[in-house]
Amino acid sequence: MTADVRIDQISHDFGTFTALTEIDLTIKAGEFIVLLGPSGCGKTTLLSILGGFVTPTAGRVFIGDRDVTNIAAKDRPTTTMFQDYALFPHMTLLDNVGFGLRMRGQTRRDRDAKAHQMLDMVGLDGKSQARPHELSGGQRQRVALARALAVDPEVLLLDEPLGALDLKLRRQMQDELKSIQRRLGTTFVHVTHDQEEAMAVADRIVVMNQGRIADLGPPQSVYLRPASLFSAQFMGEITLIPATAQGQGLATPLGELPIAPVTDGAQTLGLRPESIGLSGDIALGPARLTDAAFFGTHHRCHFAPIAAPDLTLIAHLPQQPAPEVGSIHPLFASAYVVLI
Amino acid sequence: MGRLITWAYMALLYAFIFLPVAVLVLFSFQDGRLPVPPLRGLTLKWYQAVLTDSDLMAALGNSFIVAMLSSAMALFLGFMAAQGLARYHLPGSVWLRGLIIAPMTVSYLIIALGLLTVFNTIGLPPSLLATGIGHVVINLPLCFAIIYAAMGAQQINAERAARDLGASEARVLWLITAPMLRPSLLAAFFLSVTFSWDEFIIAFLLTRFDVTLPVEIWSMLRSGLSPKTNAIGALVFLVSITLLLVMELTVFRKARR
Repeated sequence: MTADVRIDQISHDFGTFTALTEIDLTIKAGEFIVLLGPSGCGKTTLLSILGGFVTPTAGRVFIGDRDVTNIAAKDRPTTTMFQDYALFPHMTLLDNVGFGLRMRGQTRRDRDAKAHQMLDMVGLDGKSQARPHELSGGQRQRVALARALAVDPEVLLLDEPLGALDLKLRRQMQDELKSIQRRLGTTFVHVTHDQEEAMAVADRIVVMNQGRIADLGPPQSVYLRPASLFSAQFMGEITLIPATAQGQGLATPLGELPIAPVTDGAQTLGLRPESIGLSGDIALGPARLTDAAFFGTHHRCHFAPIAAPDLTLIAHLPQQPAPEVGSIHPLFASAYVVLI
Repeated sequence: MGRLITWAYMALLYAFIFLPVAVLVLFSFQDGRLPVPPLRGLTLKWYQAVLTDSDLMAALGNSFIVAMLSSAMALFLGFMAAQGLARYHLPGSVWLRGLIIAPMTVSYLIIALGLLTVFNTIGLPPSLLATGIGHVVINLPLCFAIIYAAMGAQQINAERAARDLGASEARVLWLITAPMLRPSLLAAFFLSVTFSWDEFIIAFLLTRFDVTLPVEIWSMLRSGLSPKTNAIGALVFLVSITLLLVMELTVFRKARR
């Protein structure tokens, strides 16, 4: 069971604070959507509106063809995997996972069978009689997932579910979430402030800023062709260079570059660190290496262009050879984005 | 030396607390007519007298019923009030909270006088029911305070998760909130039982024919001291101690884990 979700002109105010402004979003059935943004951007409010915990000030929410705007959480075809897991401490894992089915009036035999199956899916069936406090953080996470999925929701909402886990476990859970979502085909709406996590799991990313959608698309397009300066900066490190249109090219502090302008007046050229290197299509001129640090997969380098020493270009150079601070190199860009 | 003083201090402290009880229990075994020194010998006849006294046994039964029912009512009302005030932001929540706890600061005598006036007006005669209502009045603030203090973010989140999984409000309270607050609920209940069990002034003013144990003991005391009253005291003390031990071994041990 899975359904599409339509968010129609949703606005929400908390007193005088505007959390969301006229959000429009359609989520396809079976899609893995990530709502990404800094804290206070409205992503959690939007998730709460989908889950039925908050009634929006204006606008409507449809799940499938049904208007659920005024339907309480308990009667919605959604379940939530909460940030703090919110497991029931006085119940065994089996009863935790079977709770939603119990509320739907299933017999103990039926709900236990399903709960065992769900616990098995997350690799915890051996602990079905344990209580939540006996588990590690990662295990609690899995129980929360099993509990939310046990009732076969049409939409699963995930509220920063991996925030409390260490990096290695987080990566592992991201892979598991993705594969479980593929297997079940349930619509997932996942909230996070971690852009790497977003790219790891999402079919489409919704970048949010100050209660509005700043960008929307598959991870590749949001990262490589961001729609706004905000999403360009939020999706990862980027060097922004002020530019103005000059004929068919751009006038920048580095000189005139053979890059098509997007508008007549002032604009911004954005270069990702991995797009700047010692070879490429677009010559950026010579620059002095002012600082470098070894990051394992690459050297992260700061360059001061000779033409504009006040500017700092951040580039990722290959592991070998080790760059020497103070040396001067001709730099090239292999990819770019121009934004207004 | 310092060690000795601390031990001596501890012994003195316990002696101070328990000497009255010890004396009371000791002279309940007095083989004589007065529960005062010298001790003339040991006998169980006063216990026999207590256990065969039908008035006393009836009062004991009354006390038990009033304590159980009034505590259950106080617990229920206190729990619902705490849940309501902890979960929903009402205008003037602080005042409402203060208003619920306020009766704790009023003396039982004043409360009893007030209840007496009210019951007279509405035509409820002095009875065990009237006393039970009085005990709900004094124990509700206590139950509310204990339960309210125990509520925290953990419950709120678990309740939200339960609603998300389809639980109605009644089932949230019964299956999630109450079990999570079990230690506090039990503590509130047993404290209420203890207070109701001991309570004299309200029971004295609000009962007439059927009386509770403290009122019965008081009317016995009017006819003078007797080892029989000591025996009742010792039995009541035994019940309290047993209750305390049961609580210590079950509720609080689990709560600590």
